[in-house]
Amino acid sequence: MRADLSPELAPRLAEELGLKPAEYEHVVEILGRTPTVTELYMYSLMWSEHCSYKHSRKALRMFPTEGPAVLQGPGENAGVISVGEGWAVAFKMESHNHPSAIEPYQGAATGVGGIIRDIFTMGARPIAILDSLRFGTLDKPRQRYLFEGAVAGIGGYGNCLGVPTVGGEVYFEDAYEGNCLINAMAIGLMREEDLMRAVAAGPGNLLVLIGSTTGRDGIGGASVLASQEFDEKAEEKRPSVQVGDPFTEKLLIEACLELLEGDLLVALGDLGAAGLTSSASEMASRGGVGLEIDVTLVPQREDAMRPFEIMVSESQERMLAVVTPELLGEVQDVCERWGLPATVIGQVTDTGRFVIREGDEVVGDMPAATLAHDAPIYDPVAERPAYLDELQAFDPLTELDHPDDAEMLTATLFDLLASANICSRRWIWEQYDHQVMQGTVVLPGSDAAVLRIGLPGRGEVTDRGIAASSDCNGRYVYLDPYVGAQIAVAEAARNVACSGGRPAAITDCLNFGSPEKPEVFWTFREAIRGMADACRAWEVPVISGNVSFYNESFGQPIYPTPTVGLVGILDDVSKHTTLAFKDAGDVVVLLGETAAELGGSEYLRVAFDTVAGAPPRVDLEHEAALREVLLTAIDEGLLRSAHDCAEGGLAVALAESCVAGGIGADVHLSPDDAGLPPVAALFAETQGRAVVTVAESGVDRLFEIALAHGVPFAVVGTVGGDSLRIEGCVDAEVGAMREVFEGALAAQVHPEETFASEELREG
Amino acid sequence: MARYEVYVTYKQGIFDPPGATAERALANLGYEGIESVKIGKYIQIEADADLATVHEMCERLLANPVIEDFRIVAEGEA
Amino acid sequence: MRFGVVVFPGSNCEQDVVHAANHLGFETSYIWHGDTDLGHVDAVILPGGFSYGDYIRCGAVARFSPIMAEVVRFAERGGPVMGICNGFQILTEAHLLPGALLRNSGLKFICHGQPLRVERSACEWLDLPEGAVVDIPVNHNEGNYYCDAETLARLQAGGQIVLRYCEPDGSRAAAGNAPNGAVDDIAGICNERGNVFGLMPHPERAVDPLTGTTDGAPFFTAIAKRLAEVAG
Repeated sequence: MRADLSPELAPRLAEELGLKPAEYEHVVEILGRTPTVTELYMYSLMWSEHCSYKHSRKALRMFPTEGPAVLQGPGENAGVISVGEGWAVAFKMESHNHPSAIEPYQGAATGVGGIIRDIFTMGARPIAILDSLRFGTLDKPRQRYLFEGAVAGIGGYGNCLGVPTVGGEVYFEDAYEGNCLINAMAIGLMREEDLMRAVAAGPGNLLVLIGSTTGRDGIGGASVLASQEFDEKAEEKRPSVQVGDPFTEKLLIEACLELLEGDLLVALGDLGAAGLTSSASEMASRGGVGLEIDVTLVPQREDAMRPFEIMVSESQERMLAVVTPELLGEVQDVCERWGLPATVIGQVTDTGRFVIREGDEVVGDMPAATLAHDAPIYDPVAERPAYLDELQAFDPLTELDHPDDAEMLTATLFDLLASANICSRRWIWEQYDHQVMQGTVVLPGSDAAVLRIGLPGRGEVTDRGIAASSDCNGRYVYLDPYVGAQIAVAEAARNVACSGGRPAAITDCLNFGSPEKPEVFWTFREAIRGMADACRAWEVPVISGNVSFYNESFGQPIYPTPTVGLVGILDDVSKHTTLAFKDAGDVVVLLGETAAELGGSEYLRVAFDTVAGAPPRVDLEHEAALREVLLTAIDEGLLRSAHDCAEGGLAVALAESCVAGGIGADVHLSPDDAGLPPVAALFAETQGRAVVTVAESGVDRLFEIALAHGVPFAVVGTVGGDSLRIEGCVDAEVGAMREVFEGALAAQVHPEETFASEELREG
Repeated sequence: MARYEVYVTYKQGIFDPPGATAERALANLGYEGIESVKIGKYIQIEADADLATVHEMCERLLANPVIEDFRIVAEGEA
Repeated sequence: MRFGVVVFPGSNCEQDVVHAANHLGFETSYIWHGDTDLGHVDAVILPGGFSYGDYIRCGAVARFSPIMAEVVRFAERGGPVMGICNGFQILTEAHLLPGALLRNSGLKFICHGQPLRVERSACEWLDLPEGAVVDIPVNHNEGNYYCDAETLARLQAGGQIVLRYCEPDGSRAAAGNAPNGAVDDIAGICNERGNVFGLMPHPERAVDPLTGTTDGAPFFTAIAKRLAEVAG
């Protein structure tokens, strides 16, 4: 045993690595001696917030995680649900916020790489990526740089893999200026029987490292970066950001799926945060076994790497497999065919200890389970933020002067359509391959992405489908964490239902400030409580997720942002619906009722630069009933289009359906809405509403369905013409709306003159 | 073991979008009098190979003669 | 009728091509890039993707794969060879087609539906009338077709330009319609003989009505039809 740390020096190194004094004492107690350098690094990373969830674990227990369709809940690399006919989907969302704030292209790219590995580790072929992004406002050059870089990075990685990026969302708010959010979600498809878990087993079995070589890149990267607030030193942290190699990842996907299909592996795990340490110790603790690794066997790309560097390196595109000695040759053959090194670096033991050797010398010897499981669990102090009372007391209707003439209201609608938070995301998704794999039935730009279940390239095509959406309006959560977080789930569920999918399960990525600040922790707990209550009421379990704390810059936390990624199921994928108005003469129906709720609305921010008021209320029963109406009507083939009312309210929802369909509509506000001030009727972001269209012959049946479920409805107009006309309020040509809606994002990213390629050539 | 440095650039007259963009960006930053910016590739080779062989490597793989020129600098022993 | 679809490390549209061909009722087989035998196939397709990560240049490494020598021989015998996207890039690198594909002039990856005008060409494998407009997605970062003036004149004179980017009605805007800066709005070309065809758009993504238009179907069916005619 190499004793390379004196009892005096050890606590100082521990502190530098972020271990609290009591945590260090606990390590000493576990080992019964002073830890070695390697051990200290390993404990400090495994017990970091990022790996151990030590501040969040208790609160996360509020989530419902079980349901009849759940095959794998939280705790594995990804959650898995059954989607029928023997097929299952694995999905998970994860943050890569801090690396992206330093180097947006590589940060976002490796974020995609990491979440994709989580998916195929489970035995599933990745079939879709969704990205949830948050930046400061685009009038700041740095924010444009971050946004453009992150989008290019997501595209650069995902496009190369041949996994379609089919959806996501983006918001631009001052609150994210110093700390952007890059949350990537991946979905994978497999046969139920192919579900693989990262559980090491069988003493004598070999540990095989597959993929890239190991360098010093990202040492402490994800873990330390993700656990520290941002400050002026951000620039200096640049070297610890990793560079992604999507080509190697693509080879890994193919090789690993081939290995799993051939039943050649005992277990498979990916190397993410804390690298080999985390992957190996989690696999060992799940299997209740010990491991032995000789670091000199790990293929290295740099000279003179020390054992701790090898153990915690976050070099990308690496996988750890457990293989029986008899099958090693076959495993190595498959890897070689794909051009990937597969190297034996150690073995499974029955000692329950995680032993690290450098050649003959032992440099670490720890009870394996203590790394993954003995991190302290904290119960942080929670305190309701003082700012909430003032914010919620603000009454936008009485305290502001609102427009009520048609000209001003029409102008406001155009302002909203041009808002970076509402305008078309075409500029983004056209940089992503969103069609590869031939599964994308509803392309980006509708309420949710719809994918066919099946692997067409293998002749396995089904009639089933899934719909997926990621959502979270952080502004609502800031104004009321409990309600705002419920809205995130409600909106994702509504988006999926509008597309024809029955919500099945969610993943989440909980982005908050420092949990050690009582006000931040209170918002965290309330948000979880809100989501958990909604999920329980709707029987939509949480099957995977990720917590990202310390999203602050210069002491100011971001808007609390619990991003929800929801997957729903379509029994018949041909029965899907998009937001686009279809034919002249179709009847426009509003399901749900508008209330005078302007708090937290995009209208308030665009028209008054104000973020205040109480967010819209959520009625859990009504939301569920609305979804039933949508799903029943879609199943019966009644709906020509369906679009949920969200940011920008009814007017923006109507405008979006007009632009998508290239056709106008004549709309009059329903009698109930007519009693509201026009701005509320048009722009209130009241939940539980959807704008749908039906053929005239289908109106009566739709009303029967709505009545049966107790959902208010009103005929509000007819599709047709070249303009959206809302009686007495709005008159807007579809062409003009399209120009504003489709062009706004590109114009804000490139505020300087845009130039044609011809000009570039001459210049 | 010999060491070579290879510079691969677009042929005269081939549109170089990254170069043109950098040119614009520099002008936007206020730098005046920029004639042109070209962006190419820089390759280091350490090999037991003579200049003629490296030339062949460039022609076959490292550069595309349809669109690219290359220049080899022999750096002597590595 | 059997299509052979070559799989290079980093190819990612090979399954889509197979699905499209199967959907249209044709047989298919995958051909591993390391093999030296095409097997019994009637036509060879080099699919899209990022062979070898597009490192060095798109297609630059893949052209040296062992199977490419066979593809060249197959082409020399007059066999139908279609290169889609990365496959087109590989065909130019392998000198089976003239010119090169440069980075998109807008410096961004592009993925969207794209109107294409069918030109009168020597291409043996497309039976659409001249002036027909098809709507097929493009999906690439390096689709900016380039060739020198002399080559362009030869392509124009020899009927080697098969597809051009265009307006939805088939007309061509004065400023050009190429979304990527391609010279003369070129989206697809063939060799002089007309049996090797390369194109940036993805016809395999426009076959199954559930996921897009069906305008890509003729790109597969025409090959079968022509081969059947030849076989008499």
